[in-house]
Amino acid sequence: MDSKVPLLSRRTFLTSAAILVTTTASVVHGRTFHQGMPWAPGAADPPAQVRPGPWAFFTSDEAATMEAIVDRLIPPDDGGPGGKDAGCAVFIDRQLAGPYGRSDGLYTLPPFMPGSSTQGYQNPDSPGGRYRAGLKALADHIRQSQSGKTLRELSTVDQDKLLSTLEDGSIKLKDIDAKAFFAMLLQDTQQGFFADPIYGGNRDMAGWKLVGFPGARYDYRDWVERHNERYPLPPVSIMGRTDWVSKG
Amino acid sequence: MARKLPSKNVVVIGLGWTGSILSYHLAKAGLDVVAIERGPWRDTATNFPPAYAQDELRYAVRLDLFLRPAQETLTFRNKADQIALPIRNFAGFLPGNGVGGAGIHWNGQTWRFLPTDFRLRSHLTERYGANILPDDMTIQDWPVSYDELEPYYDRFEKLCGTSGKAGNLKGVKQDGGNPFEGWRSAEYPTPPLKQGLGATLFAEAARKLGHSPFPQPASNLSEAYTNPLGIRMGQCSYCGFCERFGCGNYSKASPQTCVLPALLRVPNFTAQTESEVLKINLDSTGKRATGVTYVDTSGKEWEQPADIVLLCAFALFNVQLMLISGIGKPYDPVSGQGVVGRNYAYQTTSSVSVILKDKVLNPFIATGAHGMIIDDYNGDNFDHTNLGFVGGGYMGAGQTNGRPIQTRPVPKGTPKWGAAWKKATAETYQHAYSLSTHGSSYSYRDCWLDLDPTYKDRLGRPLMRMTFDFHENELKMSAFLTERLAEIAKAMNPTEMQAHPRKGPYDSTIYQTTHNTGGTVMGDDPQTSVLNRYGQSWDVHNLFVPGGASVFPQNHGYNPTNTVGALAFWTADAITQRYLKNPGPLM
Repeated sequence: MDSKVPLLSRRTFLTSAAILVTTTASVVHGRTFHQGMPWAPGAADPPAQVRPGPWAFFTSDEAATMEAIVDRLIPPDDGGPGGKDAGCAVFIDRQLAGPYGRSDGLYTLPPFMPGSSTQGYQNPDSPGGRYRAGLKALADHIRQSQSGKTLRELSTVDQDKLLSTLEDGSIKLKDIDAKAFFAMLLQDTQQGFFADPIYGGNRDMAGWKLVGFPGARYDYRDWVERHNERYPLPPVSIMGRTDWVSKG
Repeated sequence: MARKLPSKNVVVIGLGWTGSILSYHLAKAGLDVVAIERGPWRDTATNFPPAYAQDELRYAVRLDLFLRPAQETLTFRNKADQIALPIRNFAGFLPGNGVGGAGIHWNGQTWRFLPTDFRLRSHLTERYGANILPDDMTIQDWPVSYDELEPYYDRFEKLCGTSGKAGNLKGVKQDGGNPFEGWRSAEYPTPPLKQGLGATLFAEAARKLGHSPFPQPASNLSEAYTNPLGIRMGQCSYCGFCERFGCGNYSKASPQTCVLPALLRVPNFTAQTESEVLKINLDSTGKRATGVTYVDTSGKEWEQPADIVLLCAFALFNVQLMLISGIGKPYDPVSGQGVVGRNYAYQTTSSVSVILKDKVLNPFIATGAHGMIIDDYNGDNFDHTNLGFVGGGYMGAGQTNGRPIQTRPVPKGTPKWGAAWKKATAETYQHAYSLSTHGSSYSYRDCWLDLDPTYKDRLGRPLMRMTFDFHENELKMSAFLTERLAEIAKAMNPTEMQAHPRKGPYDSTIYQTTHNTGGTVMGDDPQTSVLNRYGQSWDVHNLFVPGGASVFPQNHGYNPTNTVGALAFWTADAITQRYLKNPGPLM
């Protein structure tokens, strides 16, 4: 159907709106709204929940390395779980398998030229490609410098040392900017730790509990002027809370 | 070939704040109006209901409601001798997209410019002599005065239901309001929002030092309100998800909450979404617009003829469409001649962060525009003699959120990861607060917008090129404002304090604000402006740019939206009361 014709009657519009919500975006050629706010059932756009299951982006070797890395960036301690148990590697895996990993929506047309730091990222590689290449270069480097070992076979002290050299750029990785790779690892790990658990990280709201953020709550009117009092309610996710779910 | 559609009286390009206000007033005046919007339809219940609006990753990090660079972006460089490169991922500023535009994701901070801001060059020259202005500074007077615009500010604030406390009612100072503001014909539509501990401590400290703190004017409403279009808004719930988010609560003013439900009931209005205007068409004389050509998502082109064309896109893209359509003389920074793209300006912001170890601040209990502010150092509210700069800004305690992906302060010297980072993050979150300054950005000969010679958008049109850097005047101003703010911060007895004055060069990768201004400036002289005082093109009399921030001759020390909204009403009146009676140049 052609939604282009202006001044559709209301009846025609309602019919077309109902069709539009059930068809894919590629066949929608612009939409016309006339004489009343549109409404269609089931048109909401909630986020899709990350489900447990096999890795979507990482190979099993990459995943094992990533779980070791996120657990050093956010180590488990008295304050709560570390990056691994909080699901940060799962979060990054699902993000890389999705629009973020592919640079969907970004401007990716050539030419690609080096610029100043104030001009932003200017390479054609997407985050997915950067992780793949970065993890390989890192694994190769460790194998050569640590007598054939993998990152997860190093002691946590040696893992920390290695990550520090990535952070300050003193390590040279083949074809990879070590500093930029580390910055991406750290940014994505911390995002996973503090994003809504619906995306696979911040499991059991570990990140939010650590700092005292109540999460996806929506009404603090009674608390604005209760100065110097700690907000008493525990965090809640877009999915709710595990203790709201019947244990059977 | 574009297929030709039946003619309309008015075609509106972009359905954000200005597009919806103009559409409503012109359709109510009996004109047949079509608004063409390149992004999707958006409404509260579908796109950001309270069931999932509080999603920091989706909206604040992945920028779900914003323009995708793949659809349109621009190139950027600091200086004319650099090659501009595309902004591949928006970061430094975030243009909106879709119905509602930037009116969806703003914070709700609703400021008026100062009366002296409207005659900036004359005022500064009269008070200090012409030598106070740097040679390459191209600031100019507005073609409208504060007194003329006051009723229109009032109309926009009533449309939004803005919460605040007047400091000057018809020339009489009011306790508790901003003592520096221009006169107001009426009190704010709704009383001020409640304040949290951080803002309260700031206000006490500022008062102790002799300043006059007042609640920030906010279009996040302190109570339920019915606006003049009969649309009911809800009370703000202080959820802390304003900027970068849509409000699921119908309490932050936006085209969705304030205009669209009434607009869509007007039978002679039609909205056409997911349709991008390629250019404004001119007749053979080049002096009259005949309508626009747009492309839909299937790639089909359509010609929409119209008697009046209203350019209501985001400021940056107003400039791009003027340049692509060949309307007005493009600005040339070498000769200083030409007007389209001239006087691009921005905003000069800075911050002071404090840690108050013995206080529990609950930073997540917030709105985009509550907070306590002082205006003592804005515009020319203070004597600039021997300071070495002109301009100023407001400052204060208006922390908008405690969303932990992006708001996670730690003491200075804390490692960026590992056990020490984790401990410091846990210990600091509840006790840290950010104070900020919001300063002016005056215009300069070497800060401008033009079409990029290399990079194209997905439709094959040249991207717009931005050449911009901070100038010494603005950096000195930021250093001065930040020092004043740090004095107040110190009086809050912080455990730790860090001042962050703005430093150059301008960095497009660090978010500062989306207050991009200028490029289609309004003025009294066609040699230095694109539009006359009614927002009407000097060259094409049936083309108006009604109040996008692209019409600002320079940017002042306040957020632009209230002035944008006031100018939209101002141009709507000029069209219905003057232009329709005698279509032609109004000046």
